[in-house]
Amino acid sequence: MTALELAAEVRSGQRRAVDVLEEYLTRIDTHEASIHAFNEVTTDLARQQAQAVDDDVQAGRDPGPLAGVPVAFKDNMCTRGIPTTCSSRILENWRPPYDATVVQKVRAAGAITIGKTNLDEFAMGSSTENSAFGPTRNPLDLSRVPGGSSGGSAAAVAAGFAALALGSDTGGSIRQPAAFCGLVGMKPTYGAVSRYGLVAFGSSLDQIGPFAANVADAAALYEVIGGHDPLDSTSIPDLAPTVLDSIDRGVEGLRIGIVRELSGGAGSVEGIRSDVVDRVQAAAVALEAAGATVEEVSVPSTTLGLSAYYLVAPAEASSNLSRYDGVRYGLRVDAATTGEMNAATRTEGFGTEVKRRIMLGTYALSAGYYDAFYGKSLKVRTLMLQEFAAVYQRFDLLLTPTAPTTAFPLGERTADPMTMYVNDVCTIPSNLIGHPAISVPFGVGHDGLPVGVQVLGPALSEALIFRAAATLEAAAEMDR
Amino acid sequence: MIGHEPSLPDDWELVVGLEVHVELATKTKLFCGCANQFSSEPNTNVCPTCLGLPGSLPVLNGQAVAFAMTLGRALGCEVRPSVMARKNYFYPDMAKDFQTTQYDQPTNVDGELRLADGSVVGIERAHIEEDAGKTSHVGGGGRIGDANYSLVDYNRAGVPLVEIVSRPEIRSVEQARAYVSELRNILLAIGVSDARMEEGSLRVDANVSVRPTGSQELRTRCEIKNINSIRSMGRAIEYEAKRHVDLYASGESPHQETRHWDEDGGRTTPGRSKEDAEDYRYFQEPDLVPLVPTAEEVAAIDEQLPMLPAQRRHRLTQLAPNSADAATIVVERGQDDLVVAAVAAGADAERLLTRVQNDLAVDDWTKVDAEGLAALIGMETAGELTATQTKQVLAELVNHGGDPRTIAEALGFEAMSDDALAGLVDGLIADHPDEWNRFVAGDEGERRKMQGFFTGQIMKATQGQADGRAVADLLNGRAG
Repeated sequence: MTALELAAEVRSGQRRAVDVLEEYLTRIDTHEASIHAFNEVTTDLARQQAQAVDDDVQAGRDPGPLAGVPVAFKDNMCTRGIPTTCSSRILENWRPPYDATVVQKVRAAGAITIGKTNLDEFAMGSSTENSAFGPTRNPLDLSRVPGGSSGGSAAAVAAGFAALALGSDTGGSIRQPAAFCGLVGMKPTYGAVSRYGLVAFGSSLDQIGPFAANVADAAALYEVIGGHDPLDSTSIPDLAPTVLDSIDRGVEGLRIGIVRELSGGAGSVEGIRSDVVDRVQAAAVALEAAGATVEEVSVPSTTLGLSAYYLVAPAEASSNLSRYDGVRYGLRVDAATTGEMNAATRTEGFGTEVKRRIMLGTYALSAGYYDAFYGKSLKVRTLMLQEFAAVYQRFDLLLTPTAPTTAFPLGERTADPMTMYVNDVCTIPSNLIGHPAISVPFGVGHDGLPVGVQVLGPALSEALIFRAAATLEAAAEMDR
Repeated sequence: MIGHEPSLPDDWELVVGLEVHVELATKTKLFCGCANQFSSEPNTNVCPTCLGLPGSLPVLNGQAVAFAMTLGRALGCEVRPSVMARKNYFYPDMAKDFQTTQYDQPTNVDGELRLADGSVVGIERAHIEEDAGKTSHVGGGGRIGDANYSLVDYNRAGVPLVEIVSRPEIRSVEQARAYVSELRNILLAIGVSDARMEEGSLRVDANVSVRPTGSQELRTRCEIKNINSIRSMGRAIEYEAKRHVDLYASGESPHQETRHWDEDGGRTTPGRSKEDAEDYRYFQEPDLVPLVPTAEEVAAIDEQLPMLPAQRRHRLTQLAPNSADAATIVVERGQDDLVVAAVAAGADAERLLTRVQNDLAVDDWTKVDAEGLAALIGMETAGELTATQTKQVLAELVNHGGDPRTIAEALGFEAMSDDALAGLVDGLIADHPDEWNRFVAGDEGERRKMQGFFTGQIMKATQGQADGRAVADLLNGRAG
C-alpha cells in the first residue's frame, strides 16, 4: 500500500491511525536492531499524534493529505524537545527549543513523527558509516551500506519502518541512498523547500527532500514541504510546489539528453560501472518508447564538479560548524582557558571525517589560498550554470546514473576518503547549480542490487522531473 | 576638554583614521524579531537565530538596511549593491563564532564628512554588521585570562550596527573630536541612532600613526580600542602619537598591532599584534541574498533626508557671515530654526547670533519665540535697552515667556536717551579733570585704563544700564 492510499484510508475512517502506527512500531521492534535506521524512535509522540489524527477524523475534521502516515526525519532537522544530534557526540542529547519548518509542515499535513534517523555525522559522508552512534545497514542486504548521508531515512522507508522520510541533500545525500535502497529520492530546486531548522552543512548546497517507495508518494511529500518560508531568506517567493496533478502526463515530445561525461563511455569520468550504465541505457530506451527523444549531450564542466564541491561544501561547513564550541549547548569538555575548552570540546566531539572537512574548508578560505581554492570553485559553479543553461536550450531534461555503483559492502571505502567522495560525482552538479533532480529505481545490477537512474532538470522543473520519474517507474514495473 | 598630554614636535605630523561603530535604533535585531533592547534582564531578548542555535537562519531587517542607507546618503556616500559576509573567529560572545558583516562589497562607499571648521574628512565606507553579546568576567582578576568564570549576555547579540570608516585624513586631536561630534550630530539629525558614547551606542576605535611633517607616506599604524569618551579619544591619540615619535627618535619603529587605551593609567597597552592576528576567512554569507537598492529607493531616501548640520550652519552663515563660530554652537544646540525665524521677523542676524550664543546657553528655551526674540534684539539695536538690560529681559523670557517690551517696563528699564548719557559723561569729565587729561594725552595703555575708569563711573551712576560702547564713543568724541 502506498502512503497516499494509507492516508486516504485514514482520512475516510476505514483504518485508524493508531492501528497503522502499531504495525510500523512492531516492524521497528523486530528489525531495527539489525538495521539501526534510527537514532531515536519517538514512540510516545507518535502515539499521541496518531490519536489526535483519529480524533480529527472522528470529529469530521480533515487531518490533512498525509493523515496517519508515519514519517521519519533525518536527525539533522530540528524537532522541538526531541534530541537532534546530527549523529555527532557534540550534539548528543541536544534538544532544540523549536521545530524545523518542514517538521511543522509535515505534522500540519496529518503525518505521524515516527523517529529521527541516523546519518553520516553532520551529513558528511556517502555511506552512513560516519555516524558517532554506529552505521546503518542496508535493509536489502545487511552486509552493505544504505548509502548516505541520509542512509537512516532511506533504510527506514526500505525496511517498512516509515511510509515516508525526509532527508537532506548537499551533494547527493538523498538521491544516492535512495538508489542504494531501491527508493525514489528527490532533491528540490535550491530555495523550493525551507532550510529553517535544518542543521547547516553546506548552506548554499543543502536542500531537504523526500524519500518514498514510489514516485507519487515522493511527489505528495514534496508538495507538503515545498513553498516559501519567510524564515529562510534563500526561500523562493510565491512558489506553488504543485507536481501531483501533472504526474501522469508522460514524456511525449520531451527532449532528453544523456550526459556523456557521466555515462561511462568515451569522455566520461572513470569508475561508473558497466551494469549501471546498462540500466541508464535501458531507461533511455524506455523514455523513447514513451515518446521522448533521447540523445547524448556533452556538459564538460560536470567533470569539475567533484573538485569544486569538495572545496565549497567544506568551506561553508568549516564556518557553519564553528558554533559547536562548548559554550552554549551540546558537549563541553572543560579545560583551563576558554580557548582550550573550545579545542578540547571539538577534539572529542567531532569525528574524523568532520574534522577532515573542517580543516579542508578552513584551508580553502585562508588568506592567500582563497583565490586558488574557494574563489576558483565559485568560478566553476558559474561555468556550470552557464553550460547547463545552454544545454537546457536544447533539452528539457537530462539523464544520468545516480551513483557509479550499487550499494557497496560496509567498510569497503572507509579507509580512503577519495574513493568515498567519487560516489557523489553524478549527483553533485545539481547541488552546485541549485537545480532539482530525482533518483528512480530502474532494475538491478549484476549483483542483484537496485540501480537508480537520475533525472535532472532546470530550476523549478519539479513537475517535469516527477513526470519523467513516473514514466520510468511505470516502465520498470512493466520490465518486472 | 583641555589636552594635557604634550603635543607633537613640529617636525612630526599626526595621521589618524577613525572607525566608528553606531548602534541603529531599530525596534528589532538585525537578523531576527527579538527586541533591540539589551538593557533588559540578561538573555531575555534572545531566540534560536541570535543565539546561533543549530538550524537557525538569519532574515535581514529592512529597517536596519534603510537606516544604514540613510546614514550613507547623509555622509554623501554612494549606495551600492552589497552582500553580507561572514567574519570567522572564535569568541564566546559571538553566538555563531562568526560575525555577519560586510567585507568587499559594503553598502555605502566614498563619502565625506564636512566639519564645522570647513575641513573635510573622507569616508571610505559605512557598512552594516551585527553586534556581539556582552561578556562579564567574574572573580579572580576580572579579565578573560584570570577570571574564575565568565557570563555571557546575548541580548546585544545581533543588534544592528553601522561601522563608519574614515580615511586617514585626520591631522589633529581637535579635528578627531570635531569629526566624532559632527558624526554624532548627523546621526541625531537623521534619527537612526541615539549615538550615546557613554552607553556604548557609539564606539570609536582610532588608527594612529605619525610621519615627518610634509611627507605623504603612511607609516605603521596602531589601532586603539577601548575608548569610552571623546575626551579619552583625544588623550589616547596624543599618547599613542607621542609613543610613535619616541620610538622613531630612538631608532625603533612601532609594530602594527591593536592596543588598548588604559583610562586610569593614561596610556595604551599592547593587544594582538599583526603576526598573531587571526585570519578571518571572510566569504559571502550563503544564508542571505545580495542587497540591490534601486535608483528609486536611493532617490526616496534623499528626498526624506532632513536638513543636516552642515546645511544648517551654512544657512546661518548666509545670514550672518561674521558669526561662523556662533553658528556652529547654535546649530549644535538646535537653536538655528529659532534664529532663522527671528531674523525673518526682523532681528539683526549678527547681533542676534551673538546674543543667542552667549545668553541662550540653557537646556530649555521653549518659552522663547521668534517674534519676542526679534522684538528684543530690535530694542537692543535701537539703543532702547543696554546689553545688560537685554540679557536680563532674555533671562525673563526663558523662564516665563511673554512680551519683551512689557518685561522691560516691568523691570523699570527706561530707555536712556543719547542726550541723557552725553550729559552724564560731560558731568563726569568736569568732575575728574586729571583723569580726563590722562585719557586725552596718555599712551595706549593709559588711555585704555582711563576709559575703564570713566565707563565704570557711568555704570555705577546708571546701575549698569548704560551701554558701554556708547560711553566709549562719547569719550572718544569728546577727546577729538
